[in-house]
Amino acid sequence: MDKKYIVSPNPHIHANVSTTSIMLDVIIALCPALIVSVLAYGLAELLVVAVSVLSCVLLEWAVTRWMMKRPSTVGDLSAVVTGLLLAMNLPSAIPLWIVFIGAFVAICVAKLPFGGIGQNVFNPAITGRVFLLVSFPAQMTNWQPTTGFIPIPDAISGATPLSALKEAIKSGSTIPEFMTAHNYDLASFLWDAGASAGELSAGALLIGFVYLLIRRVVKPWIPICVLGTMALISAIFHGINPDVYTGVQFNLLTGGAMLGALFMATDYVTSPMSTLGGVIYGIGIGLIAMMIRYFGSYPEGMSFAILLMNCTVPLLNMWFHQKKYGRA
Amino acid sequence: MGKLTFSMGGVHPNDSKYSRECAIEELPLPQTVYVSMAQHLGAPAKPTVAVGDKVLVGQVIAEPGGFISAFVHSPVSGTVKAIAPRKDLAGNPVMHVEIAVEGDEWDPAIDRSKEIVTAIPDDKAAILDKIKACGVVGLGGATFPTHVKLSPPPGKVAECLILNGAECEPFLTSDYRIMLERPKEIVIGAAIMQKVLGCPCVIGIEENKPEAIASMRAAVAELGYPNMEVKVLKKRYPQGGEKQLIDAVMHRQVKSGGLPIDVGAVVQNVATSLAVYEAVQKNKPLITNVLTITGNKLPVNLQHNYLFRIGIPLSYIVEQAGGVPDQAAKLISGGPMMGRAISNLDASTVKGSSSVLYLSEDATRRKPETNCIRCGKCADACPMGLEPFLLNRLYKAGDLDALEANAAQDCIECGCCLFSCPAHIPLLDHIRQAKGQVMGVIRARAAAAKAAAEAAKAAAEAKK
Repeated sequence: MDKKYIVSPNPHIHANVSTTSIMLDVIIALCPALIVSVLAYGLAELLVVAVSVLSCVLLEWAVTRWMMKRPSTVGDLSAVVTGLLLAMNLPSAIPLWIVFIGAFVAICVAKLPFGGIGQNVFNPAITGRVFLLVSFPAQMTNWQPTTGFIPIPDAISGATPLSALKEAIKSGSTIPEFMTAHNYDLASFLWDAGASAGELSAGALLIGFVYLLIRRVVKPWIPICVLGTMALISAIFHGINPDVYTGVQFNLLTGGAMLGALFMATDYVTSPMSTLGGVIYGIGIGLIAMMIRYFGSYPEGMSFAILLMNCTVPLLNMWFHQKKYGRA
Repeated sequence: MGKLTFSMGGVHPNDSKYSRECAIEELPLPQTVYVSMAQHLGAPAKPTVAVGDKVLVGQVIAEPGGFISAFVHSPVSGTVKAIAPRKDLAGNPVMHVEIAVEGDEWDPAIDRSKEIVTAIPDDKAAILDKIKACGVVGLGGATFPTHVKLSPPPGKVAECLILNGAECEPFLTSDYRIMLERPKEIVIGAAIMQKVLGCPCVIGIEENKPEAIASMRAAVAELGYPNMEVKVLKKRYPQGGEKQLIDAVMHRQVKSGGLPIDVGAVVQNVATSLAVYEAVQKNKPLITNVLTITGNKLPVNLQHNYLFRIGIPLSYIVEQAGGVPDQAAKLISGGPMMGRAISNLDASTVKGSSSVLYLSEDATRRKPETNCIRCGKCADACPMGLEPFLLNRLYKAGDLDALEANAAQDCIECGCCLFSCPAHIPLLDHIRQAKGQVMGVIRARAAAAKAAAEAAKAAAEAKK
């Protein structure tokens, strides 16, 4: 043998998946919802997405190369995913410098100081969003719709259904009155019960998620548990007092429920490894989110619920393991 | 009827069985063969011939070096030229008997006719003796001496003989070809082993080999041995792993550290069954096997399934098949998932040799390792239900207690974790090291416990 051959241990072949290919799948899965929101909110939305993604990518590149002195990890596309998710959590009318601050918190506070991809404890996009929500409450809740490329069927009230509801209940009206006043029905939720890009169309998000399921990028247990818990809690409370507590349909299709359950709670890094751990994590998110919605002062609790359950992940990973072959 | 499969993990590599249509060809004899003394699991065999001795094909040239060991026979006729260490596949020196080939004279006791002998001998002890005397070992990969496996320890009863025709490794087609070309002999071999064990037999074949399933079913029906059945297995790697196959066929799991016989299972490869047939019915020792020459960029007309005599150097076989192709970046003995990279092509073939596989650079070059993204794909892929990401971390931390608690020693080294890792982390490389260390700890503990028990016994006797 004159030629040199590779000698290495088995296995000698690979499934040809990479971090990049997985992230690319997530980006593809987010596309339907992104397209819908750009169509609905127009140029302003496009700018928010562009600034968010570019900021995340540039910040990741700059910090890894110049501060951490490591090979850049921009190529794995995880910063693009973070940028997209962050943008989908913001109102289209938000000033772009605030978008940059959100990206800075996501990448330079939540992600890289922990060691970069795979090492972060909290979901970077949600950390960025929550930081903006508590720092810039006015801009973050300005849901005045920007001019879109296509008209949205029902007029958007200018507030998300969830925050409009909180206001309505504060001012003493009951839920049935509120629903009639705003002309909400199932179709409107699937399409336009709108607020931020990611909250606009539950249908588009679901299409993307089905793509991820088919590509075996994610497993359905966490979203099922999040949405199932939310459905169960709202069914019980709505059943007890429909005047004060909103119903199942409303809770599953408004706010960040879909985006959070389908794309944020399923983030590999910040969710448990075992199926049972994932079930508990999902139930926890659904429970906390519904408690905030019903009893908290914030209209929406998905982000806080996911961040709180992120904290429990190391513990859940320690407690719950896979079932092993030949061991009881 | 549903297709059987194991209950956890597994991956679906492309099966790449390009050489499936290549009929088995007999390889011409080289001028010299080098017969290894360590071609089975257990103690190496001890040579019983001396330099200068004339040997016939099938004559014993080495005897077992322990209980778990096997006879070795001369694959050729000629003169013993040397008994000396020679490098094996990985380049480690192993004792070999070098024989210069002269003609092709067979031991007259061997029945070389093509006639198929269907009558099964009655005497179980005689059958076992013959299997042992013919040096039959498991040809599924582990080369465990077959007579040992067919003699359950006292108190253990075999409830099912599982004949392994899964051939779940991509690329390999030797088992497929023998199931197609010699199904009756395989079935008779299985019936002989059934006779010894006194239990039913299930022949498991993966669904991607419908021709083999049909061929084996026809043979089973024609020969009409009782309690024998062909069952279809799902195409899923590692379906042919011993523990996975028992799970798939019997829905039982072997306890950690236990043996298949603990759950009443005996697993034998189809090639082993053929060797048993030849040993018992034809008196022919295990001196031949079938080997696949294949590769991901090799034209099909250069692919082969060869009937080879053990001891023929791989380089000779490769030469006969047209040499190493230019695109080959890695040469593998065995399948792409569990085979071993060949670092020494001059190594000689052994009883368990199953293939020479050429993989091109793009198919086999490992990519640089990146951060674990905790996707859990390794844990989903592990057929033993282990958590490779965790074992990898514990290995780096050197935490042997935690490694043992998380069952690093149960790893079967199938490669599913590394195969499916998107971050290209060398999971199996690390877990293999960890497994070795944990096994060392377990063995040391067992030895210490034994020593302590003996010391206590001695002390008690001294008191008397």
